[in-house]
Amino acid sequence: MNEWVPPGLILILGALLIPFLKGRLRPGYMLLLPIIAFTSLLNMGEGTGFVTSFLGYDLIFGKVDKLSLAFGYVFVIMTFIGILYSLHVKNKGEHFSAVLYAGSALGVVFSGDFLTLFVFWEVMAFSSVFLIWYGGNKSSYDAGFRYLLVHVFGGLVLLAGIIMRLVNTGSIEFGPIDFGTTDSYLILIGFMINAAVPPLHAWLSDAYPEASITGAVFLSAFTTKTAVYVLLRSFSGVEILVWFGAIMAIFGVVYAVLENDIRRLLAYHIISQVGYMVAGVGMGTMLAVNGSVAHAFSHILYKGLLFMGAGAVIHMTGRRKLTELGGLYKTMPITLGLYMIGAFAISAFPLFSGFVSKSMVISAAAHEHLPLIWLMLTLASAGTFLHTGLKLPYFTFFAKDAGIKAKEPPVNMLLAMGLAAFLNILIGVYPAALYNLLPNPVDYVPYTSEHVVWTLQVLLFTALGFFMLRNKLGGENTISVDTDWFYRKGSKVFMWFIEKPLSIAAQIPVTIFQRIADYLIWLGKNPTRAIFLYAGTVVFKLFGRFPGMPPHASGKLLEEEWKNYPGEPVIKSPIGDSVILVLIFMAVYAVYYYIVA
Amino acid sequence: MITDHLPILLIVIGFFGAFFTPIIGMIRKELCSPWATFITMLQFLISLLLLYNVITAGNISYWLGGWQPPWGIEYAVDILNAFVLVIVAGVCFSVSIYSRKSLGLEVPGKEMPLYTLYILLSTGMLGIVVTGDIFNLYVFLEIASLAAYALIALGDRQSRMASFNYMIMGTISASFILMGIGYLYVMTGSLNMADLSRLIPALYGSPVLLVAIAMLVVGLSIKTALFPLHTWLPDAYTHAPSAISALLAGTFTKVGIYALIRVMFTVISPSYVIETVPVMSMLTWLAAIGILAGSVLAIAQYDIKRMLAYSSVSQIGYIILGVGLANNIAMTGGILHILSHSLMKVGLFMVAGAIIYRTGIKNIYQLKGMGKKMPYTMGAFVVGALSMIGIPPTIGFASKFYLAWGALEAGNWVFVVVILLSSLLTAVYFWRIFENVYFGVHETEEIKKDEAPLSMLLPIIAFAVLILLAGLFASLPIEVIKIWVTGVLP
Repeated sequence: MNEWVPPGLILILGALLIPFLKGRLRPGYMLLLPIIAFTSLLNMGEGTGFVTSFLGYDLIFGKVDKLSLAFGYVFVIMTFIGILYSLHVKNKGEHFSAVLYAGSALGVVFSGDFLTLFVFWEVMAFSSVFLIWYGGNKSSYDAGFRYLLVHVFGGLVLLAGIIMRLVNTGSIEFGPIDFGTTDSYLILIGFMINAAVPPLHAWLSDAYPEASITGAVFLSAFTTKTAVYVLLRSFSGVEILVWFGAIMAIFGVVYAVLENDIRRLLAYHIISQVGYMVAGVGMGTMLAVNGSVAHAFSHILYKGLLFMGAGAVIHMTGRRKLTELGGLYKTMPITLGLYMIGAFAISAFPLFSGFVSKSMVISAAAHEHLPLIWLMLTLASAGTFLHTGLKLPYFTFFAKDAGIKAKEPPVNMLLAMGLAAFLNILIGVYPAALYNLLPNPVDYVPYTSEHVVWTLQVLLFTALGFFMLRNKLGGENTISVDTDWFYRKGSKVFMWFIEKPLSIAAQIPVTIFQRIADYLIWLGKNPTRAIFLYAGTVVFKLFGRFPGMPPHASGKLLEEEWKNYPGEPVIKSPIGDSVILVLIFMAVYAVYYYIVA
Repeated sequence: MITDHLPILLIVIGFFGAFFTPIIGMIRKELCSPWATFITMLQFLISLLLLYNVITAGNISYWLGGWQPPWGIEYAVDILNAFVLVIVAGVCFSVSIYSRKSLGLEVPGKEMPLYTLYILLSTGMLGIVVTGDIFNLYVFLEIASLAAYALIALGDRQSRMASFNYMIMGTISASFILMGIGYLYVMTGSLNMADLSRLIPALYGSPVLLVAIAMLVVGLSIKTALFPLHTWLPDAYTHAPSAISALLAGTFTKVGIYALIRVMFTVISPSYVIETVPVMSMLTWLAAIGILAGSVLAIAQYDIKRMLAYSSVSQIGYIILGVGLANNIAMTGGILHILSHSLMKVGLFMVAGAIIYRTGIKNIYQLKGMGKKMPYTMGAFVVGALSMIGIPPTIGFASKFYLAWGALEAGNWVFVVVILLSSLLTAVYFWRIFENVYFGVHETEEIKKDEAPLSMLLPIIAFAVLILLAGLFASLPIEVIKIWVTGVLP
């Protein structure tokens, strides 16, 4: 018998009780859940446990090795922080879905076969969509619906891949996959949708900013990082991922240029940061894999902190646009301070967590002699600092005073942020704490003088550029910081490229995706009639009129039909039609059978 | 031993129960519903016993009056029968508990005819499944159908028209089936299924056999509401009393599918309908179109029962698809889907009925705030809907997984895409409801909790729990089904 229970199961089963607890019992109970999970985690030895047999296959709920443990630790820690941050929320349903979501993410991390993984994968998608819907306004519903469609689609692609793999190899074991067969492509696409790899990223920047304030904190931690985990486990060393990762890193930064909504800006940076991890997965060397894991670890902590900070601002002011905020440093200094720790961490300032993790991936690129990748990752790093470290705090907390009367957020929010900030600094100051958790032995030293100086150079020049140009930056969408920064480097073409085609290209998948969703909704109003309308239009275009009707009357009829859409949803056909249909079928069957036989 | 007579007891108890319902109703109308529950419970227990016996002791052959088949009527029970029997009897039993309040409100004062018909319907369906005689099958089909027409006609104002349409379609279907059986009888001189299966190979190549098959296929397609011959189903399910919609959705179409499987794979041999004449592969294509068309049409509906009805059209497609692909895995998935669709759809229709019972609302856009008003009922609805979409760990996932796997095994990519795409569409039409139910109201609005009465809530919750349990322990039914499938398919 094991001395541990998979932490995912603890949280999922624990979540079932949440709706039934009242009053003061609930916060205590909820905080207890991740603590129990954590103790269980500490007892987990490497190996496999919790195996049940299902349909003749082994379902493994506890596949434990250093890789899954590292993700397990940070997920449990983040669950604790997230719960602490959301304690003031009264909504039982939100707590329930948040804990269920965290639990299923942990379930994915410790699953040792594809069926278990898929089960938790789906639970994750369906529990997280509620966090978006609890955002509580029309745009949340719409974004949540689109989010759900994408994830159901992604899940189905994954399922198709898994079944194909089962048919081809007869095994559902979750491990390294040979890249190059159809099933591996399908599985990779399924994973990449969750990792928000462009052009499959649109759900993330679309939905996260619309989530509830506390929900966004959970969302920022789990979905993309489980995707990184499964990629690490099964597609480590697949070269194409290096390029995807580097493009993601740049992409997120470039796109954040156009953003005015603070949480959407942060959401784009998730894409960018996950890009580092995906690139690490693609390189697949020991250092790169370590870097991916380490970066995922610190990313969860600092991105959580940033989302908590942004959430605190929205919670206290009710505003979410850079142009509407400003001058909050007077009233919310603690929030500002804690936010800045997260901002320094994401920008990889020395002594903060991002510095010790991000540089591992970048160095791995250097070791692998991939100069272009190295350059892209470094540039993205500068851009990150520009947005999350300078632009966002400047326009939120400083700049012109928007005259908002705000207070510091509730104590539990501050405590949660404080805890995350503490961990970020701890990792930055004492990297061994993180490095000991990594899957491969680490001989990487982040604090070399060369590395520190180089990083500071990039960051300080970025800061200088920002303060010189800050008046132009505002909430305007036309002038972007990236372009200015590159401009000073002297490449006008590059600047133009980023500002025009790249930004437009980045918009394309978002637009297509929203079009499809809108179209589905339109079609869903009355599919039968829509089909008739299309058929009618085709007939009209081909012949210029409907049979037995003069042209202008046909045109008018068609126009009216389009206008009346969706109309009555039910088309009643007389029963005689059905009877004729039966006869036709009878005749067709009989003749067909006769011919074939 | 009385256990030797289980197959006929199933039927005799039913007819006995139906016969005495009017008498009980004359004494006290309120007793009719418990009486029906009691009778269906007995039938359910017998079905369970039969399944147990078949699994442990092998197939059962019961000769009515001791007459040896093929001269006498034989009741032949193998695993497929027993499995479907348990589903049908189980649904009849649970719905009868549920129906007391629901029918009491929707069809007040008509308990006596209602429950007489109810027991007749239940017995007719069980008879179709238990019999090993093809003409006897037709007789039971008529008993069940006539009861169903009458029950549907007890619904709202439009139900009479719906019932009339159903009756016309049903009668055409029955005539085709009867003619198909008649052709077989003319050629072989036998009505016993086992005997027929021995005699028919001599007739391969005969056009009469082909016409007989075509007639049986068309007739049974109407009964199972296989697209595009489903036209009777949406109206009938929408306007019938809610409890009857639940009952029919969970059982009647499944019985039709059972009859199709039985006729195609037992009476006529699998190799003939798969290889010599591609009867089954033609059905799979219709099923695939039906899966998509049903889902798309379901999206278009505003009426919750009508939406569920169209979704049934789609789900029936799944079953036929699995059966038609006719490889081990797809067939297992198809038959398993009989179970999962019964659980899901009965549960969902019962929820719809509970909502109508409490609020009278049928339009899904008016369901706002229902999540607070009826939390347990709507919780069960969510479970059922997730299973419809095919989200693990529900039973719906297990059967869809097998269907997709089977389609791949058959090398047919189109069907895999159809199965997965339809899951997406299913998510669309259920999510529209979730959105209204859980997110349609502002926090400030005060909504009083007003749950369905216990006798309705209990079966609803039981079905939700069953969906989850069956999903978690899906290997159990799958193992059972596999025994039958491997025995039948080459």
